[in-house]
Amino acid sequence: MGLSRKVRLATVGLAAGAVILTGCAESERDSSSGGGGEGDGGGTFRFAASAEPVSLDPFFASDGESFRVSRQIFEGLVGVEPGTADPAPTGLATEWESSEDGLTHTFTLREGVTFHDGSEFNADAVCFNFDRWYNMPESSQVESLAYYYGALFGGFATGDNADKAIYDSCETNGDTEATITLTQPFSGFIAALSLPAFAMQSPTALQEFQDDGAENPTTTEYATAEPSGTGPFQLEEWNQGTDVRLTAYDDYWGEPSTIDEAVVVPIAEPRGRADALRADEIDGYDLVGPADIGGLEDEGYQVVNRDPFNVLYLGFNQAKAPFDDIKVRQAIAYAIDKEEVVSASLPEGSEVAIEFMPPSVSGWADDVETYDYDPDRARQLLEEAGVAGDTIQFNYPTDVSRPYMPSPEDTFNVIRTQLEEVGLDIEPVADRWDPDYLNKIQGSENHGIHLLGWTGDYNDTDNFIGQFFGSEKPEWGFNDPQLFQGLSEARQEPSVDDAAPLYEDLNREVMELLPGVPLAHPVPSLAFGPGVSGYEASPVQDEVWNTVTLD
Amino acid sequence: MTIPLPPSGGGAVSAETAPGTPGAAGPGTSDEDRGVSLWRGAFRRLRRNPTAIVGAVIVLAFILVALLAPLLTGYEPGAAQDAGEITPSSVPGPSEDHWLGLDSFGSDLWTQLVYGARQSLIYGVVSTAIGLAVGTAMGALAGGFGAVGGRVGQWVDTAVMRVVDIWLSIPSLLLAVSIAAILTQSAYAVMIAIGAAQVPIFARLLRGSMLAQGRSDYVLAASALGLRKRRIVMSHVLPNSVGPTIVQATLNLATAIIEVAALSYLGLGTADPAVAEWGRMLVAAQDRFDESPQLAIYPGVAIAITALGFTLFGEALREALDPRTRR
Amino acid sequence: MLRFVLRRLGLLVPVLIGLSVLLFAWVRALPGDPARALLGERATPEAVERVRAAYGFDDPLWQQYFRYVGSLLRGDFGASVRDGRPVVDTFLEKFPATAELGIAALLIAVIVGVPLGYLAARNQGRALDTFVVSGSLLGVATPVFFLAILLKLVFSTWLGWLPSSLRQDVTIDATHITNFYVLDGILTREWDAAINAVAHLVLPSIALATIPLAIIVRITRASVAEVMNEDFVRTAESKGLSAGVVSRRHVLRNALLPVVTTIGLQAGLLFSGAVLTETVFGLQGIGQYLFESIGRRDYPVLQGYILFIAIIYSLINLLVDLAYGVIDPRVRVS
Repeated sequence: MGLSRKVRLATVGLAAGAVILTGCAESERDSSSGGGGEGDGGGTFRFAASAEPVSLDPFFASDGESFRVSRQIFEGLVGVEPGTADPAPTGLATEWESSEDGLTHTFTLREGVTFHDGSEFNADAVCFNFDRWYNMPESSQVESLAYYYGALFGGFATGDNADKAIYDSCETNGDTEATITLTQPFSGFIAALSLPAFAMQSPTALQEFQDDGAENPTTTEYATAEPSGTGPFQLEEWNQGTDVRLTAYDDYWGEPSTIDEAVVVPIAEPRGRADALRADEIDGYDLVGPADIGGLEDEGYQVVNRDPFNVLYLGFNQAKAPFDDIKVRQAIAYAIDKEEVVSASLPEGSEVAIEFMPPSVSGWADDVETYDYDPDRARQLLEEAGVAGDTIQFNYPTDVSRPYMPSPEDTFNVIRTQLEEVGLDIEPVADRWDPDYLNKIQGSENHGIHLLGWTGDYNDTDNFIGQFFGSEKPEWGFNDPQLFQGLSEARQEPSVDDAAPLYEDLNREVMELLPGVPLAHPVPSLAFGPGVSGYEASPVQDEVWNTVTLD
Repeated sequence: MTIPLPPSGGGAVSAETAPGTPGAAGPGTSDEDRGVSLWRGAFRRLRRNPTAIVGAVIVLAFILVALLAPLLTGYEPGAAQDAGEITPSSVPGPSEDHWLGLDSFGSDLWTQLVYGARQSLIYGVVSTAIGLAVGTAMGALAGGFGAVGGRVGQWVDTAVMRVVDIWLSIPSLLLAVSIAAILTQSAYAVMIAIGAAQVPIFARLLRGSMLAQGRSDYVLAASALGLRKRRIVMSHVLPNSVGPTIVQATLNLATAIIEVAALSYLGLGTADPAVAEWGRMLVAAQDRFDESPQLAIYPGVAIAITALGFTLFGEALREALDPRTRR
Repeated sequence: MLRFVLRRLGLLVPVLIGLSVLLFAWVRALPGDPARALLGERATPEAVERVRAAYGFDDPLWQQYFRYVGSLLRGDFGASVRDGRPVVDTFLEKFPATAELGIAALLIAVIVGVPLGYLAARNQGRALDTFVVSGSLLGVATPVFFLAILLKLVFSTWLGWLPSSLRQDVTIDATHITNFYVLDGILTREWDAAINAVAHLVLPSIALATIPLAIIVRITRASVAEVMNEDFVRTAESKGLSAGVVSRRHVLRNALLPVVTTIGLQAGLLFSGAVLTETVFGLQGIGQYLFESIGRRDYPVLQGYILFIAIIYSLINLLVDLAYGVIDPRVRVS
């Protein structure tokens, strides 16, 4: 097997990442939480999310809240190294081998695993899932349903992009080995399989309860009441509009869950979630508002940070003068004091960004042009470009808090002040995030400089800079075929190691072109009551609750 | 089946006709019976009403602060000159330079409050003017035709009021939100949105009081004397129905100021986050409520007091103009 | 009586038809469309195009309109673009939350407001009157969400007396039949669930009740004062009837008329406050959902929900008119 490459077991992130809650931080409050959960084990873990899930069939989901629930119910072939974003054999495959050309991938499967409906997990089930995805009826291929498959596997057996599909076939070799063949290499293939959308689902349950050809496969009995996976929790009930109730799955192959039950409730406002935690109505919640962090910690609550796996940037629209002038772009880059942006508007622990992806992603280059804060240089460049004192349009969103952009109004305000400092006049243009802002930034040329960002789905370089600069987009307003070509070639390298040097070069190139200014990698936080321990935060939100215990 | 239509329809307004406040039960002499002196009499009654005086003082103070804002502070509004001193969980409190401290964007809080009065005044007046203009036009159309009567008159009245009914059946905030969404985020959008929500209130009110006037004795007498109905409507009914409308406009100023805050709360305010506008300030501060409650409390109280001032004054004006209080 | 009800229901038809046209035009006038809202940051122009095509948003408007009317006539109100759930289902699921909140707020407003207004009128010019009147004016002048935030801070965060979010403790796995949680608790005899749901209602309904409370106080005060000046009350008093009998038999009954009208009007107005209250207290009601749906440009939800709200609003007004007949026999005759 000298031609094959063994899986790269990532140990890099272990030291850096794995943030595991340790017991009771000096709590000033009595913990009366948990609805009867006392001592070791048992109890109900009450968690507040920002919205309801859309679908409990993860293949038809692309939102974080659906994935949060499906991570408890389902597992994929490939897992994630705890505390990192790196793929690891912690999922349903114990190891895998990829051929040198990157076209065939053979997975050795975990034995003794059963789905919640009692059926057995084996190689047939794996091939059933891969074939199901590939043969999706055309009505269900649309991006609002099967976004991730369309984006990562190129296309389906039928439909517009059938010729771009990279999936070829799946073959079983006994019960415990499955081989996937691709039509062309995809360096992010293994990492992509760690996405919840590609989790293994029970073939028998799918056949009985799911109808992929239904008008809307997210409202079928399967997707609302009968999802069946191999994870440590099974669905008890989804009371739509109220909560999702999960119970521990007794026959789980791995570490059995300590808690008996988990309930996920939607509370839209970060402030409302904080208040619910304070009132002991929940045990924990995600997406803590930056302003709440200090207060919660002081009051004895635990605030847990995820390693940032995101980037917040200030984008330029080169289709509009004066941003087509590299000097203006450079001037703005020099005018921004990123340290101040981080300290004044982002949660503590956030890091300054120098390129369009976090350092933990492969292909990150440490020697890109960084444009360190230099207001005099900025003034001089503006003078040279002849735009000193001009008014520029600055777009930012309202009514939104994203993990990579917790308080856009504050961030806007800091940068605005800095730009005015070097002699630019700012015309603020605000839009509601959903959908006005995205419409304007990504769907029209009617914007100037703007705030936006991205949270990575899994550890893949293409998922960052390929996503941003892989083709001509109204957001950036430039057409650079050479860059597009370079990104496409890197994506088609057979493995991550082959692609990394290409991506490093591309990162240097991007920072020379300066399509935008990467600002920061903001830290996303979760908060928990004093009685919660064992919650393992993950940069890619691969958080499974079987390790959680309640006092 | 007739139902006494209260001239109410939105937010802070009510159908109250409170008679007999002690101070107002005064003179009932002959010169007051003439329509001309209605306003003079009203003013006299206003002066004796403590509620009116408190309301008037608040309203006057508010207008003065709004007009004289630049004299009351040395800073520019929305300047965010100290943005760097703000962190996500702390805001500098009162200091020598800033006696109320900074706001969450690094502007001087006192400056923001003072200039906020100006914004509220502009928003309130413009949006109420929009609601008043469109609403009274519709109300006058329906009421005028309704009072003239006849088949055409009835038809126009019904048609216009049907539109008003539909308008009213859409919750006002929802209407405002959708208008703000269509016009994108700007100060104009907020004003138009709030004005639009007031239209049916004015339309109903004016029509109601015109119809009531149309049935009153003097109109019946005038038409018995052979005056043309159209003429009666134009020269008597309409002018006599203006009083309640003015009262309503005063009350709606209060509602408008609160609604601006509500739109800001829902993320539909003006484009500039650091703008000196009370609703916007209140919203920006609510995330920091635990650390710096003053950031939310000052603008919140400012809104409440101003709205209270307009409400008090409007109510007192209503009492003063109500002919029944002249008994 | 029956004829009156039928005629009123008949009048509703043209209003609803007009509204359906307006609604259709209105949601289409909103800039942007659901496709991009569905896809978020990930949307590529091609993906947006495909999603638009899949949902038929790129068909000519008249085609979309006739499709919409056609399905309305079949009783099909469409399904949410976001999650594909039928509009009727989510409405029946979320409306009870808002209705429960609104009813609780109205109850508070009436139970507290009518006696206060009555007392104020009976004590005109005295301290109690001044206190009640100025209090009610202040209630009207305070922004609902500001009050909600203050209430939450004081009674939940600081004092810990009452829950501040959700409709029921999540650990209570109550049976839900009607989705009116208090009613469900009573129907199923799960008393703890009912009591818990009531506790969760207290703060939001007080916040929401302030404006109707203030208005009801003032209306009651005004109309009681007016009735007290009427000749028949003076006659009754001069006949030597005790004050209690006079007030019960004559004053209150006559003073209630405008109060009932106001309650009807408030029912509609409560909705605006409900959007804000639901947002502050994290309740999954129609107010918040509708507001989010505007953001998502979820056309079917917007069209369906507002139509339902308009129907409910009209029915409430009809009930108010009927209540009039019960209270005042004169109205029935004419």
